[in-house]
Amino acid sequence: MTVGTILVVAEHRGGELRPVTFELIAAAQGVRGRTGNPGGRVAVAVIGAKAAALADALKVDGVDEILTVETPQAEFDAEVTEGVLGALLAELTPALVLIGHGVDAMGYAAALAARHGLGFATDVFKVDVQAGALVATRGGYGQKVNVELDFPGKATVMLALRAGTFKLEPAPAAPTVRSVAAPSVVSRARFGAFVAPNSAGDVDMASVDFILSVGRGVGEEDKVEQFRELAQTIGATLGCSRPIADSGWLPKSRQVGQSGKTASSCKLYIAMGISGAIQHLAGMKHVDTVVAVNTDANASIFSVAKYGIVGDMFEIAEELKKQFA
Amino acid sequence: MKILVPVKRVAALEDDFRIRDDGLDVEDEYLSFDLNEWDTFALEQAMLIKEAATAQAGAAVEVVAVTIGPDDADEVLRACLAKGADRAIRVWADAITGSDPIAIARILAAVARRESPGLIFAGAQSADQGHAMTGVALAALLDWPHVAVVTALDYGAGQDRANATRELEGGVLQDVDVACPAVLTIQLGINKPRYASLRAIKQAAAKPIETPTLSELGIGADAIGPAGSASRVRRVYIPEKGRAQLIEGSAAEKAARLAQIIREYKAA
Repeated sequence: MTVGTILVVAEHRGGELRPVTFELIAAAQGVRGRTGNPGGRVAVAVIGAKAAALADALKVDGVDEILTVETPQAEFDAEVTEGVLGALLAELTPALVLIGHGVDAMGYAAALAARHGLGFATDVFKVDVQAGALVATRGGYGQKVNVELDFPGKATVMLALRAGTFKLEPAPAAPTVRSVAAPSVVSRARFGAFVAPNSAGDVDMASVDFILSVGRGVGEEDKVEQFRELAQTIGATLGCSRPIADSGWLPKSRQVGQSGKTASSCKLYIAMGISGAIQHLAGMKHVDTVVAVNTDANASIFSVAKYGIVGDMFEIAEELKKQFA
Repeated sequence: MKILVPVKRVAALEDDFRIRDDGLDVEDEYLSFDLNEWDTFALEQAMLIKEAATAQAGAAVEVVAVTIGPDDADEVLRACLAKGADRAIRVWADAITGSDPIAIARILAAVARRESPGLIFAGAQSADQGHAMTGVALAALLDWPHVAVVTALDYGAGQDRANATRELEGGVLQDVDVACPAVLTIQLGINKPRYASLRAIKQAAAKPIETPTLSELGIGADAIGPAGSASRVRRVYIPEKGRAQLIEGSAAEKAARLAQIIREYKAA
């Protein structure tokens, strides 16, 4: 493939760039390097009421041009984003568009792809160029297999990349900054204020160093109590995966994962009966020592664990309790 | 009014499995199937609106489940009928084989144009492939507004706007007020999906499933299958195993090693 322009869509919320933006820039550099086409350009688009104010933070090595698109809406609005990116696609005809696979992208990317006939893949964790063709890799069947995709006949391919996969050490640089007029878009949705989760009165999972987390394997609500006791016995904080919080068996503040808390101070994480959905892994895969207990030897939790125990969480819990008696 | 709920029969891999000889998928025999979990929440949300309207003797709400898939996919439609969906539609033709979520969304859009629902509730993603594309692509093809990853909804049948709450990273919530008709993609936990009674399951087995053809839906061959898709699978493979060091032995021995890991951490 020849890469004219790679368009990176900056993500921001509450006036701050989200870290995934720099990961996208890293991925763009990687693709440009592999095409053997150093003439390719990396353009980063920032869309929002204060787009220009975010441009300085994007002046990093690997970015050739920053496009600021100022819109009446301060924050993400799906239809506005679709309209602006549609106009940028027409102007730049990029070979590749890189976005983060987050909740905002889930809200607009498939619409953009469907409207403009783009090649498109989501939750991509590897981007390669093979025999001149772009190849994207994502997971399938609950991450038990990897799936390689290509995009025959597509002039523009958009990839939503998994956060935390591509690393960039941002080195300062001086790319050009250009203001682009936003097309007029009348959004049929009104996006309101952000409301932070209410974890008042409960422990902050982001600040604890040792977590015992339970997942769907716990089976029923009245089985949760024995793990609460076990956590206390071994000196851990009890956490959980999404289904347990959704069922109301533990408060939402105990949920570790993409839509819950990131276990950012955790050093030892024991996951019991958690299969390892990608959304859960996002909150704990960085932890130094993860011990996974699961009956399914192929559960994806074992791919991020340092130690694995294939076995019944209740039996192991019972025996572990005896060890601390 | 009508609420359309697109559903998917999702596949889960058994513990042992094999990649197909053509390297493009997993051998069928190692798959087990179920109604996509996200879709059970979407259907439940439609049922809650229907029941609230009935209780207030307001306008009747019809809940229509639709899936794209071969005969076997009837089972997930019957599950929806058993939980209270009024009608079920299944679309299939060999030419649909190899369709990605964008191509599937084109077929769903054709069904939606025929049905003219006031709302469409789609699961935010599927449990097997997790593309998180279909619902929002469907909205674009209909030129409808849309809200993705919805964890709460304030809507009464017949209202011209819906007040949805979407869930962002870190559990941050945001209200989105959207004009109807609209597509909402539904996140886990928005409600408590019901179980169907045995009686309802029996009754659902006898209910008709409508099967419009592609030509009845006005869908051309280039809109679906590989030609209508945004990507093509070139290889499926089993990733190298992760780095977990397995702790072997009896349950007591495994627990003893785990206790040692915990004590070593605490002593460090």
